[in-house]
Amino acid sequence: MATQSPSLSSLEADVLVIGGGSTGVGVARDAALRGFSTILVERSDLADGTTGRFHGLLHSGGRYAVKDPSAARECIAENRILRLTAADCVEDTGGLFVSTPWDDPEYGDQFLQGCKATGVPAEEIPVAEALRREPRVNPDIRRAFLVPDAALDPWKLVWGCARSAEEHGARILPYCRVLYLEMDGDRVVGADVRNERSGEEFRIHATVVINAAGAWAGQIADLARCTVNVRAGMGLMIAMNHRLVHMCVNRCKRPADGDILLPLRTACVIGTTDVFVPDPDQTEIRQEDIDLLLDEGEKLVPGFRQARALHAWAGVRPLFEDTAKVAETRDVTRSHALLDHSSREGVAGFLTITGGKTTTFRLMAEAAVDAACRQLGGPRPCRTADVPLSGSENHALYQISHRLAEREPVPQAEEIICECELITRSRLEDTIKQRDTTSLDDIRRLLRLAMGPCQGGFCIYRAAGILHQGGHVDQAGANQTLLDFLEERWKGVHPILHGDQLRQARLDDWIFQGILDVEHVPV
Amino acid sequence: MNDAIRDSLDHCVKCTVCESFCPVSQVTPLFPGPKYAGPQAERYRGAGPSADSSVDYCSGCGICTQVCPQDVKIAEINSRARAALWEKRGVPLRNQLIARPTVIGRLGTPVAPLANWALHNRTVRGVVQSVIGIHRDAPMPSFAGRTFQRRSRSHHGPSAGPAVVYFHGCGTNYYEPRVGEMLVAVLEHNGFRVIVPPQDCCGLPLQSNGNFPAARTYVRRLVDRLAPHARAGLPIVSNSTSCGLMLKREAHEILGIEDDDLAIVSKSMYDVCEFLLGLHERGELRTDFNSLPLTIPYHAPCQQRGHGIGKPALDLLALVPDLNMIELDVDCCGIAGTYGLKKEKYDISMAVGKRLFDDIAATGSRVAACDSETCRWQITHGTGVKSVHPIELLYRAYGLGRNRSVPVKAGRPTAQVNA
Repeated sequence: MATQSPSLSSLEADVLVIGGGSTGVGVARDAALRGFSTILVERSDLADGTTGRFHGLLHSGGRYAVKDPSAARECIAENRILRLTAADCVEDTGGLFVSTPWDDPEYGDQFLQGCKATGVPAEEIPVAEALRREPRVNPDIRRAFLVPDAALDPWKLVWGCARSAEEHGARILPYCRVLYLEMDGDRVVGADVRNERSGEEFRIHATVVINAAGAWAGQIADLARCTVNVRAGMGLMIAMNHRLVHMCVNRCKRPADGDILLPLRTACVIGTTDVFVPDPDQTEIRQEDIDLLLDEGEKLVPGFRQARALHAWAGVRPLFEDTAKVAETRDVTRSHALLDHSSREGVAGFLTITGGKTTTFRLMAEAAVDAACRQLGGPRPCRTADVPLSGSENHALYQISHRLAEREPVPQAEEIICECELITRSRLEDTIKQRDTTSLDDIRRLLRLAMGPCQGGFCIYRAAGILHQGGHVDQAGANQTLLDFLEERWKGVHPILHGDQLRQARLDDWIFQGILDVEHVPV
Repeated sequence: MNDAIRDSLDHCVKCTVCESFCPVSQVTPLFPGPKYAGPQAERYRGAGPSADSSVDYCSGCGICTQVCPQDVKIAEINSRARAALWEKRGVPLRNQLIARPTVIGRLGTPVAPLANWALHNRTVRGVVQSVIGIHRDAPMPSFAGRTFQRRSRSHHGPSAGPAVVYFHGCGTNYYEPRVGEMLVAVLEHNGFRVIVPPQDCCGLPLQSNGNFPAARTYVRRLVDRLAPHARAGLPIVSNSTSCGLMLKREAHEILGIEDDDLAIVSKSMYDVCEFLLGLHERGELRTDFNSLPLTIPYHAPCQQRGHGIGKPALDLLALVPDLNMIELDVDCCGIAGTYGLKKEKYDISMAVGKRLFDDIAATGSRVAACDSETCRWQITHGTGVKSVHPIELLYRAYGLGRNRSVPVKAGRPTAQVNA
C-alpha cells in the first residue's frame, strides 16, 4: 500500500521520481503505465506542497489566452483530457470571465481573439444572462464570457494517480526525504533516502532519476551539482464558508492578484497573490494580502467582506526562469520546463521537470517520461491521455451533492464524525487503515476532514479518539496528534478571524481548552 | 443579489441547539435534523434540487429558526430545499390537493353533508389513503356549508366607527365561520367597523408543500385584495396564526417576493390577539368581561413564535375574571399545517403531539385553547377535547353569545364588503 515503509535497505527501479505533487505522481503513473519499474519518494505527504495548496482551478486556458498562448493551448488540451481520465476529480462548474467596473471592457476583445487563436472555446453572453447564472456577481459588470473552466480536487487527483501507479507496479513512498543523489562519475544512479517517520535510511538505485520537486527542484538539482533556477511565487488563497458562486468567476483582464473566485467542493476559494519568496518553505501570510484578496472579492461579489472566511493558506508556484532575471513573477511563463542535465551540465540519468501548473501536470509527466525513455532504451507510447483513473472509468464528473446523496436514504445507522464534510465513521476508519498513518493532517487531505466551517472543532477530537480506539496510537500519541493538528489548523484560521469565524473559534476554544484542557493533556 | 436565507448559514457554529429543540427529529430517524438539513446540507446544494430527499420530513414548524442563538434561518433553508426538490420531481397530486384549501372548500361546501360524511367515513378514508395518500386517521374539519364570506354579507354591523380589515383565511371561511363571527362580534363590541374583503388562500400550504410558483400567485392575489386597505391606513387582523405569518414575513422571506403592496400589507397585519392586546395597552379595549370560572389549558402554536409577539392571548385572557389559563410548555402539536395529514407522516405527527396531548389530558379540562386552526383540529383529534380559539373565550366573557343571536340572522348588510 501507498504508505508502507520500505523494509529493504536498498531498492532498485528503472525510474526514481522525486516529489509527490501532481507532477511527481503524474510521472510515476506515466512511467508505470509504460512498463517501467518506478519508485516515487516524497519528503512529506503526497500533495502537501504546491498541489495541495493551489486554488483548484482546472484552467480552460482563458486566463493565459492573451499573454501566454502556448500555456493556453496546453491548458485547453489537458482540460479536455482530464475531464475524461480524471472525471471523478473534476466538477464541471464552467467558467465566467467578467469585466467589472475596475476592468477595461476593451480587454474583452483581446480576450476573445486570444481564445480564438489558442482554441479555447469562449463565448460572450449578455450581462443579464451572466447575472442570472451567478446572481451574486457584481451587477455593474459590463461584459461576460463563458469558458470551460472547471474545479479540480487536487488530493483526489494526486491520490488517484498514486494508486493507479501502484496498480501498475510502482512504489509510492511518502515521508521519504532524499538526502543525497548517488553519482557514478557524471551519472546519477540513485538516491539515499531517509524514512522521516522511522528514521531508517536506505538507497534506491535507478537508471533515470526524475526531479519533479517543483519549487524545491533547485534544491534537488544542487545534490547533483546541477543548476535549476526555480523561483517560488507565493500565492495566497482564502476559503469561504460556502459557494458564493457556482462557476469559476475570473476578472477579464491581465492576470493579477485576487482575480479568481471559484467553487471548490463545499467552499469557494478566492485567489491569489504572487510574491517572490526566497525559500519555498518560508511562506508568511500577511494581513495586507488578506485585505487585498477580500477587497478584490468585494469587487467580484458585493458583500464578500461580510461573508464568512474559513481559512487562509499560501502555496508556492514553481516559476522556472532559464535566462535573464524577470522582475515580476507573473511575467514568467506558466508553461513547463523539461531539463535534461546531460545536455545542460553533462550529468546523465537525471532530468528535471518543473514550472507548469496542476492543469498541465499530465503533459509535463508525458514530456518527462518521453525524455526518460531515450535513456531507457527507446520510446514507449504514453498512455495517460487514454487510461482513466480508477473511479473515473465511466467519465462521470464529480458533483457537489455527492456526499449528501450518499447519506440517503435516511435513516442510516452510521455515525457522522465530521459533520461539515459528512465523513462517516467507517470512511474515516478505512482511510486510517489504508494510509497506515497517525497524522490527522494526512487524513484531512484525503477526506477533507475538519475542512468545513468549524475547522475541526467538533470532529477532530472524535477522530483522535478513533485513532486511539483502533490501536493506531497510544494515549499520548493520540493527544500529540490532536495537538499537532490544532496547531496546524490555527495557522490558517487566525489570519482571517473576524465575524462568524471568530465566534466559531471561541466555541472551538471552549471545547478544546475548557472541556478537554488540551494544553495539559499528557503527551 | 443578496440571498439572506442561504447567507445566514454562515452564522452556524454547530452548537446543536436547533437539534435539541426539533420536535420531529426527536421522534423519528427519518428526518436527520435541522442542523444537518439546514446549514450543513445547504453547503452541498448547487443550482439544481438537493440530493437529500430526507429534507421533506422537516415539518416546517420553524422552531429551529426561533431557537437558533446565531440567527440562522434554518427552517427557511429547509423550506426552500423542499421546494427545489418538488419543483424537480413534480409536486404529487396529494400535495397539490391538500395545498389548495380554497379548491377543497369550494368543492365541499355545496355538498357539505355528503362531504362531511365522506370525510369521516372509515371506508372512504381508507380508499383515500391508499389512492391519494392522506392518512385515514388524520384530523379533518367539517365543512360548515355556509361560508363565512356568505354569512358576513348578510351581517348587521355598525356603519360608523374606526374600520379594521379582517383576513379570515380558509379555515374560518369553510370550516369555522363561527370563529369569524365571534371575532367580528368582539371587534364590533369594541366599536370597530369590520371590513371583510373577498379573499382567497394566502398560498402557505402550497409553500409548505414545495410549490413556490403557485404559492406566489396566491399570495400576490390576496395582497392585491388587501393592499388598498393597508394603503388607506387600516389595520388588518387575522385569527389564523400561520396565514398571518405568511403575510407578515414568509411571503417575503421564503418566497422572496419583493413588492411594495406586500410590504405595506405586512406592516398592517396583526394577529387578532396581538391587535386586541395593543388596544388594551392603549387603554382602548373594553374590559366589561363577565366571570368565566373555567380552567383551560392553552397551547401557543409554534408558528406564533415567528410573529415575535409573545403569547398575547394569555395576556388578554388574564383580564377575564375567574378564568384560569394553564400555559402548556410544549412546542408543537405535530400537525404543522398539512404535514400530519400525509400517510407517511401521520405517525410522526402524532408522536410529536403526544406530549401536548398528555399534558392537556392531565389537566382534566374538556376544553383547550389554541390560536391556530389546524393545531386545534390536531389537539381535538389527539385528545378528544374540544379546542377553541382564544377569541371564543373573549366572546363568551363579553357576554356576546347571550346578547346576540348566533349565528347572525340575515338582514340589512352593513358590514362593508369591498371588492
